[in-house]
Amino acid sequence: MSESLHIQGGRVIDPANGIDEIRDLFVLDGRLVDKKSPGATLIDASGKVVTPGLIDIHVHFREPGQSHKETIESGSRAAAMGGFTTVVCMPNTNPVADSPATIAWIQEKAEKTACVNVFCTGAITRGIAGEEMAPIGALAAAGVVALTDDGHCVQNHGVMRRAVEYAKQFGLPIMDHCQEATLSADGVMNEGEWSTRLGLPGWPALAEDLIVARNILLAEETGHPIHCQHISSARSVRLLREARKRGVPITAEACPHHISLTDEGLKNFDTNFKVNPPLRTQADIDEIIKGIADGTITILASDHAPHAPYEKEVELDKAPFGMLGLETELAVFLKILLHQRKACTLPQVIAMLTVNPARLLGLDRGTLSLGAIADITILDPDLAWKYDKNDSPSLSRNTPFHGFSLRGRAVQTIVDGKTVWNLENGFSD
Amino acid sequence: MKKIWNSKDLCALADHSEEELRVILDTATAFKGVGERNLKKVPALRGKTMVNLFVEPSTRTRISFELAAMRLSADVVNINASASSLEKGETLLDTARNLEALRVDLIVIRHKSAGSARFLADRLKASVINAGDGSHEHPTQGLLDAFTIREKLGTLEGVRVSIVGDILFSRVARSNIEILTKLGAKVTLVGPPTLVPKTFESLGVRVAHNIDEVIGESDVINLLRIQHERQKTEYFPGLGEYTARFGLTRKRAEQLKPECLIMHPGPMNRGVEIDSQVADGRSSVILDQVTNGLAVRMAVLYLCSGGAPFAPITAS
Repeated sequence: MSESLHIQGGRVIDPANGIDEIRDLFVLDGRLVDKKSPGATLIDASGKVVTPGLIDIHVHFREPGQSHKETIESGSRAAAMGGFTTVVCMPNTNPVADSPATIAWIQEKAEKTACVNVFCTGAITRGIAGEEMAPIGALAAAGVVALTDDGHCVQNHGVMRRAVEYAKQFGLPIMDHCQEATLSADGVMNEGEWSTRLGLPGWPALAEDLIVARNILLAEETGHPIHCQHISSARSVRLLREARKRGVPITAEACPHHISLTDEGLKNFDTNFKVNPPLRTQADIDEIIKGIADGTITILASDHAPHAPYEKEVELDKAPFGMLGLETELAVFLKILLHQRKACTLPQVIAMLTVNPARLLGLDRGTLSLGAIADITILDPDLAWKYDKNDSPSLSRNTPFHGFSLRGRAVQTIVDGKTVWNLENGFSD
Repeated sequence: MKKIWNSKDLCALADHSEEELRVILDTATAFKGVGERNLKKVPALRGKTMVNLFVEPSTRTRISFELAAMRLSADVVNINASASSLEKGETLLDTARNLEALRVDLIVIRHKSAGSARFLADRLKASVINAGDGSHEHPTQGLLDAFTIREKLGTLEGVRVSIVGDILFSRVARSNIEILTKLGAKVTLVGPPTLVPKTFESLGVRVAHNIDEVIGESDVINLLRIQHERQKTEYFPGLGEYTARFGLTRKRAEQLKPECLIMHPGPMNRGVEIDSQVADGRSSVILDQVTNGLAVRMAVLYLCSGGAPFAPITAS
């Protein structure tokens, strides 16, 4: 049986219930309750912020098949250290998560090894090859929370349209990595001044914009939600803003690196800055931040994508795309959105990391309502710290944020009423 | 004398200041004399070993580096990619570390990946010289082109250089842009918009899509090879249309200033980007470029090995 907790004196921010006030929280047997239980463990949260456990709907934990990069266990520990109590895994594993058997394997592995909640997505198409529909009904029955071919984008509009229509009967949202392949071609970085200087093949923003436009039209046509993953381009934000004004069921997420780093980061051919979609320009950053501030983009996520050092230690065009994100995610969002740009209030940032993703995917998380599952994050939004990749529980080290001075971080992560990590003592197990 | 050149590597001209680039050109001027002598060898790099690590085919540049090293008395080993362990799946870094374990002093690398020279330079104690990395840079080509212009025209300051052709995929163009703009030349890039996108303007050059508008004002015209083998997609409708729109035909050559230098980094496609007779004409300095390339490469190998720069030759 789980312990009982008394979280005392923190500023409780629960956007789902419109709460932002100093109050105590009580936990019994993994649920939020209205009064203190005898013998409850006291957690002093004074001077801290207490929020629903943070949710990241875009991570790659690499199991099955690529456990040299990350495992569900190591990835979940990185999540806990970053303040995340729930993650949603992408299906581009080996084998691809396009069958109930693979979903069951991941769920079992998560049950045994993960210290946070792990939800699965299933592939839209078999083998994320973009050709034949995956067994969507069986995946829904197996408990996937969304469908995506992340890492790839379904190029065939006919296939995508039928998949969206078919998924609608199960109420499964579609998430899409927006990349038109004939335009991005063999691009490895943003097409612009820096790709011109460096002689590297460009991946133009146009390739994202075109698929965002496609997805807007498909969502409008089918009336079924489509979520555009990791938006990187200013024009995509403008397309989304216009569509959402018209009430199209389209949503979008932004990642920390797309609001904090530009393509200039690649000037020394550092593969830690190689990510898909690529880092773009300051103008793109500004529009994404504007989109976050005005409600065009409603979800924040990391696209945590571990790769082994030897895989990244190659020529830039040969290196895989992707970077770690979970441990630095909250801090980068707080630093940019709250402290530097003052684009959002703290409750707004928390909403985009809790209730908004929970509602999109129908997760019974992301709130501190009485009776809710006691996933709780305690954070210090002002804590100054320096990120050291060598302290990471991830199996990989591919981060562009090593040595960065950051502001704000989680100090305690509580899953199902149990503290799994805190800043002072580390992991509980 | 203050030592201006402090780098063990030459990866990109973008990494170096105007002053450093002048030091290479001045040192090359001194070395050029060596090649004109009956005894074409100096002992500057005696006991040093240079490896030509050519992971992409090349004849001209490889031989030029090889001769440059030999004239400096270094020992030279050539590695042919198709016969190397890279073919067996060894990484570039492992290959280079093996060379370093053999106590090689200089690695000259040609590779199809942009940044490959920088990648090795950051990880090895040996000197790394870039002999062409993808579409990024070909520093010694940029140096030898600048050297040739300076030699023929006396200066680069204010010289109007038009670079024509496949700029997008050209490492030669990027190295030329770097050194020519740093040394005061006015650079215009010419070609179809698909191969000369406007983004190049951010590099401090002018972009033009009509060769006839710039041909008469050019002091130097540098024609780049149309690289069919690099292009998986179509960037223009065909070679016939390219020649009609951008080729230096005999008719176009008539519009050139009489003193305009005609350059080409080779290998030429005669009849495509340049008319065969024009290539062999009086204004052509194409073979001077080849000769100067040797002097420039001697200077680069010498400086990157720690050699003291030679003072500029001034009329004293």
